[in-house]
This record gives sequence, structure tokens and C-alpha cells, in this order.
Amino acid sequence: MDSLTLTINGEARDINCDPATPLLYVLRNDLDLTGAKLGCGLEQCGACAVLVDGEATLCCNRPAGEFAGKEIVTIEALENDAVGAAVQRAFIAEGAAQCGYCTAGLVIAATSLLKANAAPDRDAIVAGLEEHLCRCGSHGRVIAAIGRAAKEIGNV
Amino acid sequence: MSKSVFSSPSLAKHPGLDEWVSVGADGRISIHSGKVDIGQRISTALAMIAAEELDVPLDRIDMVRTATGEAPDEGITSGSNSMMESGSAVRLATATARRHMLALAAEQLGVDADTLEVDDGLIQSRDTNRSVTYEEIQGDKPFGVDVDPDVDVKDPETHKIVGEKIAPLGLSEIVTGSYRFLHDMKLPGMLHARVVRPPHYNARLKGMNDETADRLRQSGIDIVQDGSFIAVVGANEYAVIQAAERLFAACDWDTSGALSENDVFESLTANPRESRPVENDGVPQDKPVPPLADPPENASATLETRYDKPYHAHASMGPSASCAIWQEDGLQLWSHSQGVYFLRDAVAEAFDIDPETVRIEHIPGAGCYGHNGADDVAFDAALVARALPGKPVLLKWTREEEHAWAPYATATSMKLRASLDADGKVIDWNHESYGDTFNMRPRSGPNMAGAARLLSGRFRENPPPEFVPQPAMVRHMGIHRNLDPLYVFPNKRLVKNLVRDLPLRTSALRTLGAFGNVFAIESFMDELAEAAGIDPVTFRLNHLEDTRGREVLEAVAARMDFNADDGIGRGIAFAQYKNLKAYAAVGVELEVNDAAEVILKRAVLAGDAGEIVDRDGTAAQYDGGFLQAASWTISEQVTWDRDGITSRDWETYPILGFDNVPEIETILIERPGVPFLGAGEAVSGPAGAAIANAIYNATGLRLRRIPFTPDAIRAAAMDA
Ligand code: FES
Ligand code: FES
Repeated sequence: MDSLTLTINGEARDINCDPATPLLYVLRNDLDLTGAKLGCGLEQCGACAVLVDGEATLCCNRPAGEFAGKEIVTIEALENDAVGAAVQRAFIAEGAAQCGYCTAGLVIAATSLLKANAAPDRDAIVAGLEEHLCRCGSHGRVIAAIGRAAKEIGNV
Repeated sequence: MSKSVFSSPSLAKHPGLDEWVSVGADGRISIHSGKVDIGQRISTALAMIAAEELDVPLDRIDMVRTATGEAPDEGITSGSNSMMESGSAVRLATATARRHMLALAAEQLGVDADTLEVDDGLIQSRDTNRSVTYEEIQGDKPFGVDVDPDVDVKDPETHKIVGEKIAPLGLSEIVTGSYRFLHDMKLPGMLHARVVRPPHYNARLKGMNDETADRLRQSGIDIVQDGSFIAVVGANEYAVIQAAERLFAACDWDTSGALSENDVFESLTANPRESRPVENDGVPQDKPVPPLADPPENASATLETRYDKPYHAHASMGPSASCAIWQEDGLQLWSHSQGVYFLRDAVAEAFDIDPETVRIEHIPGAGCYGHNGADDVAFDAALVARALPGKPVLLKWTREEEHAWAPYATATSMKLRASLDADGKVIDWNHESYGDTFNMRPRSGPNMAGAARLLSGRFRENPPPEFVPQPAMVRHMGIHRNLDPLYVFPNKRLVKNLVRDLPLRTSALRTLGAFGNVFAIESFMDELAEAAGIDPVTFRLNHLEDTRGREVLEAVAARMDFNADDGIGRGIAFAQYKNLKAYAAVGVELEVNDAAEVILKRAVLAGDAGEIVDRDGTAAQYDGGFLQAASWTISEQVTWDRDGITSRDWETYPILGFDNVPEIETILIERPGVPFLGAGEAVSGPAGAAIANAIYNATGLRLRRIPFTPDAIRAAAMDA
């Protein structure tokens, strides 16, 4: 079996795996980072998003090997990120999940969005969620949560 | 304290207080319920009720995972029944528990029970300084009494937790990624499995390329086969996924039993069917359907039309999953099924084993909204585990399987005819609904009725006899849910038609037949109002006596400016779910743009779900129900051809995205102390009709077949 070194949540991790394995399976099965979800495996739903060099990236269909040398951050480490933590607080305050299966991807997308644009208007928020789906209808609360997080970050 | 108006059928089956509540030696309170969390936040509401009655903070309540043999058997988490059944039971149980512990405390402290007060589980008398805690009295001890159905419960005016907006249980774990879904399970030595599905329902295995199978086995993949049920198993999940793809390509399928490509809307009214008249507030009758009489003599106008909705998918965000271990002494399953007891009995029936040897524990999955793949995948996992005794097997469906193999909500047609008198009053009303069954949950019964409704059963070497659904005869079930309008109409003729020989696998999706029926009734009400020359709100109120219904309708109407001349289409609709549960009125503002797309601008929702426990959770059920129904209405339909389902992912089965989310204003009517009605399904039907009515208002196009895609709107414009 091949091995691979990835930088995940600030740590270099050596993993024995076929580098063709999509990153999502490596995170979930080899590293027990199960926060990112498999929703489709087709890059259609956003449930698997993680931050790669600060940007939300779908990882259900891209070989883990492609991510060598990049900074991967998963939802499990987001508390350590000022923007990520604000997003998490805002999602709780707005009750921005029902079943929560889509939520990790959305929290990642929101963090990525706010890193690139600290004061997005509603259209910018919606554009930032373009790759994401939610079946429970949490959309309104998610949009509100991102607005709330932006305000909180702007106030410090 | 006040006399309880709350009652629960769950208590008849599980009267013992210990079945619902227990107090630990550490003072933590455990609540046991048979209703499971599927994203509707029932656990949060139950914990709030318990904390309120027991005078403890919410974080002292533990909601125990539902498992067969341990939790009360409350049937299925469905039908908007959970608050009425489990919410009421938990309220009465915790009130009984409090009274019981106070009586013991009074004895121990030598005071009158009436002098006692509780704060955070500390029981103190106003008369003395002495106190005692719940855990000192009851820690790890059984109550040994029954729940008193007549126990006094807290006066709603004193509620401190119930009715508040609080963060739902589990949300902080969800946003940090530590919440464990079934998909995240990991057990020592656990194997992963995937099913190799045939191309479609009727295909069967003819043969398999042995070379491929052997090569897979040499690479460490197990192949489990029972007739045309095939699964691959191995330690590495991604290798298993690839093996499933390779083995599928190595299989030779007999696909001669192609799917019917007839227009389903023609089939709905042309195929053989079982018809039943529906009378007495929505109850089907075992007697012939009366013929349709001519409109009354005094009719000044008679309208007759037909509405259709296609097959809709549950389309859960997470493909269904289950974990199983087959051990010598029995089968252990972890499942996100909505009905673990039903599933247990059906699985036991399929394997001809004692249900008591099967234990199923509920672990959350993605929102299911009804009978999605949860039960089927559990049986798949059990089939695989049985072939590999002693080994834990986690089996997940793929996105394709969830879209193509889970049951759908049937396509339905609703034929309506009504007459108006000169005053604009409805003087006769005829409504016939046509559809396949909504009732294919695996409920065991004669002829292996449970096993027969588990998907993979029919692909086994020895399949159970085929299950032939019969018309559901219970009030407001299936096809005739909300067939009977709440309006006061004379001369109602209502008919349900269970249609045979339709092409797709169907079962329960959120609201069952109510979505189609209310979409039809409430679209037709607008058509009638126009014919009568009366505005839609007044026309409805003219026929609505139910005061709570009037109140939600008026609440929405007050927030909608139907006279605005701003190019925005406005529509309104109303229903009470099952004419018995929660009320919902919906107002919609939308635009139809140059690309013939429906752009949702604003939605006003008014709800009355009885007493509100979890304020934000209740609102979320209305908001989320609206968005899901808007998605059904605007963009969703299952598609297929002779070779199988063609809507197999999010591109071929598009749902509403973040780019078409209106501003939503939700008004919940306050009903403290009034029985819970359950909020999960009230809004869906009115949402569909309000959108149709708003499109008509915007464009003059009356759309009668869902979904209202740009193609449908352009076609309607061509015909106009
Ligand atoms: S799981 Fe990656 S986009 Fe759906
Ligand atoms: S909260 Fe369930 S899918 Fe988004």
C-alpha cells in the first residue's frame, strides 16, 4: 500500500492509502474525521466540503494525492479559527440545521465565504452557497446565520 | 398546577412510569420515548417538556436512544403524531414522577406535600429548612407506579422553558462535526458493504463473470449473494465501492420486464382501480361509489377540472445506511428507521426468527421525510451480516440507490367539480383522487406482509409472496388524506381510487395524499372565487366555520397586499392537516421571470399547532416544510424509461437551491394549555396551492400539473 503525507488541521499526517482514494474517505475512515459527509460522491451537494488553503473545496471525488502540500482544515478544527468559530456560534444562535447532514459543508462554505468577503450582502451569501443543497429547508436560517456571523466578526 | 387536557394513546400500551422516566444516582433524568429524531427536533421538545414538569434545567435531561425491547413502542415517528403521542405521554409521566417524588419527600421531611417547592431537583419545604434531592429519593430506584393520566400538570402561565426559543439538542455537536450519524459508526473489525443493484425493479440476475468475481475475492472482497441480491464486502470502504462497480459490469441481467413508459397521468385514470367513497369526515366506506349526479338546478356556474402531481422522491441528503452484526444469540442492527419495532418484526419475519432475538437501535441519519431507504438498507445490512456471522457490517446506499430505489410518493390525479349558486356559495362538491399506495412500510402480517415490503426481499432466491396493497380504510390515510375539505360544503361526493399496475415503487412521503389533495382543493377554491367574483380570502371565509382555521387565514391575509400593482404575483391557501392536526395558511409573493422561472420573493406562514413547546423548532417545521413543498412544486419529478429510473442524482432530480429562498415570515398562534397538534406536515399542501395561485395572479396562467418548471410555464403560455 502506498503512503501519503497530508497537512490536516495543522498537522502533517502520514497515511497508508492508495493516493487515488478520494480525500473524503481518507478523512473519514483513516483519520476518523467524520464531520465531512458523503452526500453524493458526485460533487453535486456540498456535504463533503473542507477548507483547502482557506477555500471551501469538495473532496468526495478528488484523489487524496492531489491535496499533498496543501493546508486542509476540517470542521473538527474550525473552533480554532476566529471566523470558523463565529460561524459555528451563529449557526447555533439561528438554529440553522434540522437533521444536520448538510450542515458541516455549509459551515465550511460560510467560513470560506467570510474569509474572502467579510461583509457579504444576501446575494453574496447565496452565491457562496451555490454548490450546497439542504433537503430539510434550513436555508433561511443558514442565510441568517451567515449574516449574523459577518456582523459579529465586523464588530470586533 | 392545572388539570391536564393532554392524553396519549402511547400510555395504554406503556402505562408504567418507569417505561418513560428514570432518575440516576447522579441526579440526571433519563427520558425514554419511542419517537426518534429525524431533524424535526422531537428530542428537544420532549426534553423541554420533561424539564418543565420536573423543575430541572434542560441540561439535566438525557434523551435515551430508542431501541427495541427498551423504549416504549410508539409505532412510527410519522403523521405529525409525535407531540400528541409522545409529548403528551412525557408530560403526564414527568408530572406523575414529580408528584410521586414530592410525596416521598413530604414523608421523609415530615411536612405537607403542598408546602414543597422544587428548584433544580432540590425539594424544599416552605415550612422548614430541610431539603432532599430527587436523586436521594429516587436515584437508580424504580418508581413502580403507573403514569396517572389525570395528573395535574404545570399551569402554562408558570412555564419557564416550554414555549421558549432554545438551541436544539445536538446542534453544537453538529456544527463542530462531533455529532455521530449512523454513517459515522465505527466498530472494531467493522466491514463495509455495498449492494450491486440490478438495472431496474424487474431485472434479475442471469449470470456473473466468474473471472471478475474470483479476482475480487483474491483482492480480499467477499461477495454475498442470495438470488439476485448481490453485495460486496471488505475492510476498505473505497475498495468496496470500486468492487461494486466492477461486479455490476460483470453481471448479466435479464431486463426483459421493462418499466412501462405509458403516460402515468393517463394510467392513473385508465388503469384498473379499487374505488371507495369517503364519508363522515374522511373515512372510506366499504360500499359502491355513488354515481356523479348532474349539477343542482340552481347552479349558476359549474366548474370541472383536474390537477396532477408527479412522483416525488424523499431525496434525503445522506444516502441511507445501516450497521448489523449477526451473532449466535441474535441480530443487532443500528438503523435510522422511523419505526424500529415495525422493522424488527419485518426483519424477523424475513429470516423466520423470533423478533425478541433482534435488537434495533436508532441512530440518526439524514432527514428522511417519510419512508425513504432507511428500512430497506437495514435489511440489506442484515442479509450481508447473516452471511458473515460475528462481523459488524456497515452498509451504505449510494446516491443513485437513494434516488432510484427508495420508495416514492405516488403520482396522483385529483378530479374536481363544484357548482356555485347566485350568491357565490358552493352548493355541491365532487373530488376524486387517484394514486398508488402510500402504505408500503414494512409492517409484518399475514403472508409475510412485512418481509414482502423490504426492497431486497423480492430479489432473494426465495422471495416472500408479493404484497398487494389494499385501500387504506382509516380516517384521512394515504390517498384520501385531506380529501375531505374543512370548508362547509353541502352535497359532498368524495372518492379515493387506489390504482393498480403503476410503474414505480411507492410509499409514505411527508403528508401522504394531503399534498396533492390540498394543492387541488386550494387551487380550485381560487378558480371558484374568481368565477363567483369574490376575492379568494373572503370566498374561503364564507365557507369556513372553524374559528382556529379562520384565524390563521386572516393572519396571513392581513400581511398580504393583494391590491398592490407591482408586478408581483400573490397567492394564498389554507388547510388543517387531516382536519384534525395543525393549521397552516400560506401567502406567497413571487415573480415569473423572462426565462419562465418562478422566483420566490416572500412567504407568510401562519400556524396553529396547539401549545408551542420548542418555539424555534415549531417555526422551523413550518419554514422547512414550506421550502420542501416549494421545491416539490417548482422543480421536482421522478423520471424513468423502460430501462429504469433516469432521475438518479441531484442533476437529474433538481431541488430548490439557496438561490430561490424567499424571505419567510412565520406567525405561530399562541395556544398555551391546548393539546399539541404536531407541526411537521401542515404547511406542505397550502404551500403548493399558494404558489399555483400566485403564478396565476402574476401571469394569468392556471397551472394544474406540478412541477411548474420553465418548460411547463412556457407550454401553458403557448396554450393560453
Ligand atoms: S458529497 Fe461531495 S458534493 Fe456531495
Ligand atoms: S438540515 Fe437536513 S439536509 Fe440540511
